[in-house]
Amino acid sequence: MSTTLSWNNSSLVDEVSQRAGTPVGACFQCHKCTTGCPIGPDMDFLPSQIMRLVHLGAEAEVLGSQSIWLCASCETCTTRCPMQIDIAAVMDALRMMAIDRQVTPPNARPEQFNRSFLGSVRRHGRVYEMGMMAAYKLRSLDLFSDVGKVPAMLAKGKLSLLPKRSGSAKEVREVFRRAEEEGRRERGEGSGGSFSPEPTAREKKP
Amino acid sequence: MKYAYFPGCSLESTAWDFDRSTRAVCGALGIDLEEIPDWVCCGSTPAHASNAALAVALPVVNLQKAQSAGLPVMAACASCYARLRTANHKVRSSPEEREQAERTTGKPYDGGVEVHHVLDVLVNHFGLEKIAAKVRRRLRGLRVACYYGCLLTRPPEIVAFDDAEHPHSMDDLIGAIGAEAVDWPFKTECCGASLSMTSSSIVARLGHRLLSMARETGAECIAVACPLCQVNLDLRQADAAKAHGAIPATPVLYITQLLGLALGLSDQDLGISALTIDAKALLGDRGLAAATGG
Repeated sequence: MSTTLSWNNSSLVDEVSQRAGTPVGACFQCHKCTTGCPIGPDMDFLPSQIMRLVHLGAEAEVLGSQSIWLCASCETCTTRCPMQIDIAAVMDALRMMAIDRQVTPPNARPEQFNRSFLGSVRRHGRVYEMGMMAAYKLRSLDLFSDVGKVPAMLAKGKLSLLPKRSGSAKEVREVFRRAEEEGRRERGEGSGGSFSPEPTAREKKP
Repeated sequence: MKYAYFPGCSLESTAWDFDRSTRAVCGALGIDLEEIPDWVCCGSTPAHASNAALAVALPVVNLQKAQSAGLPVMAACASCYARLRTANHKVRSSPEEREQAERTTGKPYDGGVEVHHVLDVLVNHFGLEKIAAKVRRRLRGLRVACYYGCLLTRPPEIVAFDDAEHPHSMDDLIGAIGAEAVDWPFKTECCGASLSMTSSSIVARLGHRLLSMARETGAECIAVACPLCQVNLDLRQADAAKAHGAIPATPVLYITQLLGLALGLSDQDLGISALTIDAKALLGDRGLAAATGG
């Protein structure tokens, strides 16, 4: 890694600690998180490097990293950290901060998947997998992967052509609306780039 | 014994066989399940990666419904289980979290509903001795790698019914029904979870590692208790072999399907036909082909 970093005594470590609800500053670089990370080989910055970059205030590097989007939330790092830092929650907080600040992720697919998934929950109260997959494929333009698996999955009853709605779908829409308000409150009213799992035009159709 | 049952979205689609076998096994053992009326999605990883209030509120909507029914919750999906437990943990440990959850759902919730996983219910609530007494057909000679994945045991202060690094409840259950749980080192390694859709090459790498190790340590099938683990090891097994080298076809069964076979339930009761890697040849070889018909 040839990036030159200078000490930037920013408030980043405090902000991330506050949003993740865990003391990021307590990390002393033992690398135990990195050693156990199943996704490490595919990451641009390893989990312990992400922690150190947060200490250094290297906001652009952290929020623009591939790693925060590749984290599988397996909680191995959180379980093993000798300082009881909830590292998986740090990854979640960094993802939310990246969205808030409109940082373009190096690989947009995980975020597109999250939107498609939540759009489906918002509409039906539950995930409707066929609709969610269609919405994800349209967003990501990853149109052909796994299409070959669909006929067998349909034959085995693993996909349904029709959504199974929850009777509480209306209540769920209200929960989404209020959760977005909570998100805006946390960021301070009026900040741009708010995350909202808005349904796509297609999902909005009755 | 009675529980408010939370199936979760996967159990209505890719994991319908987990739902069917869970209901069948609980029925056979006399564990009463009352499905939470109008349950909603727990939000899973997309919610906790996107909006902190939503990630707590969606599980809490379900917990509020269970509280009205006055029952503890039993979940089958490991991810739903972890999200429900995490929401409870947050509501119980922080007044701010509780206030936010109540504002977001529009209803009170004190964190008072207990949440259990079906494996916990079977092994620790119902009990292995009582299960062993109900076995009609011991799965003698079947060598099983018990795969717990991530969220049944992590993080331990939240899920907490087994050891985070060396869980054994599924191994004990496999022993109680007469099969052999192999000693293998990847019980709690991650399968890649929801990267399945977005980075399937990572899932192929992790899946290949798990399947090869299961085989190397003598297992001929894998037992799981999570719909994502099942899909990533079963539906994506061919992708893993294509990308990283041949592996003998290895059936990946839900623990409830294996238990159901031992209890004498039929293939149909257990949804055995839903598996992508067919288990019938292996079960037939061991003289365990289940009776057909309901």
